[in-house]
Amino acid sequence: MISPARSWREAPQRYRLEAAKCTGCGRVCYPPRVVCPSCRGRDFEHVVLPREGNVVTHTVVRVPPQGFVEQSPLTIALVQLKDGTRLMVQMADVADPETVHAGMPVRLEFRRINSDGEAGVIYYGHKAVPA
Amino acid sequence: MTVGIIGYGAFVPRRRIRLEEIAAVWGADADSYRRGLQLHEKSVPGKDEDTITMSVEAARRAFVRSGGVDPAEVGAVYVGSESHPYAVKPSGTIVGEALGINPEVHIADLEFACKAGTEGMYLAQSLVKAGEVKYALGIGADTSQGAPGDALEYSAAAGAAAFLFGADEERILAEVVATYSWTTDTPDFWRRAYMHYPRHGSRFTGEPAYFRHITNSARGIMEKAGLEPEDFAFAVFHQPNGKFPIRVGKRLGFTMEQLETGWLSPWLGNTYSGASPMGLTAILDVARPGDLILLTSFGSGAGSDSFVFRVTERLPKVQELAPLTRVQLDNDKIHVSYGEYAKLRGKIRMAE
Ligand SMILES: [Zn+2]
Repeated sequence: MISPARSWREAPQRYRLEAAKCTGCGRVCYPPRVVCPSCRGRDFEHVVLPREGNVVTHTVVRVPPQGFVEQSPLTIALVQLKDGTRLMVQMADVADPETVHAGMPVRLEFRRINSDGEAGVIYYGHKAVPA
Repeated sequence: MTVGIIGYGAFVPRRRIRLEEIAAVWGADADSYRRGLQLHEKSVPGKDEDTITMSVEAARRAFVRSGGVDPAEVGAVYVGSESHPYAVKPSGTIVGEALGINPEVHIADLEFACKAGTEGMYLAQSLVKAGEVKYALGIGADTSQGAPGDALEYSAAAGAAAFLFGADEERILAEVVATYSWTTDTPDFWRRAYMHYPRHGSRFTGEPAYFRHITNSARGIMEKAGLEPEDFAFAVFHQPNGKFPIRVGKRLGFTMEQLETGWLSPWLGNTYSGASPMGLTAILDVARPGDLILLTSFGSGAGSDSFVFRVTERLPKVQELAPLTRVQLDNDKIHVSYGEYAKLRGKIRMAE
């Protein structure tokens, strides 16, 4: 379970898909990083990721961790967005995980990710849904 | 100054449950419900969908249709709902953050049973008209619940509609011609603090509540604007089921042709604060320049807000830029069983 403080700190990337684009080599890092993994550069500009992309690969989790049991089976996908950025996301609105395949068009939608029980904070972010 | 809708969007969850599925569990006669309420199925929110997530998606669509309004220029955000995820912490704070509107903005969550959405629209357009803010966002969204086995369980559904208001003449899609509200103290439906499900005062539902308030509000705005039913291309009323909006519309003098475009409830259910606003989005999806539209909401307790809109030349240019409401309603549906529905709606007691 992530803390309310971390959720708050990560709001720009979780809520608005803000990424860091290296001004040296142009690599887009999501989540944002302090040092560019390609050129070791430290200067970044903010970019907002596109919300359309395609599934690269995926896996189905049938024994999910606590807090995700009611969403079982969980489909987790590596998605390549239109700008080339890749990210690992949970898929939503998948009636049958068997229908998920490489190349499948998806869209990122704002969803509830998890919540700290009935009384705790609710965590929001993005999931990939069939486009 | 002319104020109007400069962007609009709707969000319909993909899951549905058929009326038969609910009736079978409670030993009820599905046919009599279908005839009596004119309901076939209703939308069901996923475990990861709530008033906040649906509001964000509907509002993003409103921005897409706005011709590039900068979210930071939106000075007010009102989210109307009776199913805000938090009892204390406004939904609007999260919606504003996700949309990039915060922090220079006035935000409030509104509640008034099923008319909280039009309340937000009313406040949003009023602040723009007063010159207090450049743009304002009014949202109606709900993931409402009826008690298991109660008549409301057949209709309580989920969905959202968002409207961006502004006064930039070149951006206006539908001008606000008039507004009018009609409110009384009527105990037709309520929910006390800490209660999961609402109660309804049976003898007060129907005539003294829904019909009386909508009729007076709709007649009031037509008189104020000097308009007759035949002047309108479309009319949309609050839709707690399939039957009521058509009955009240016909009683007011509207024809089926004027009513059917915004009539979503037979296949959507009652989306409470989202109901008549979502009907308006379905109308805006197809309306032509010059068309007049009447919208009258209803919220138990009780009150009705009315709006008259006039469509501009710009609307047809933006209709296709975001998902149409009817397309969302008719496609990509995932039908769920009552068991799955009970799980999704938190009606099953889980281990601690
Ligand atoms: Zn770099």
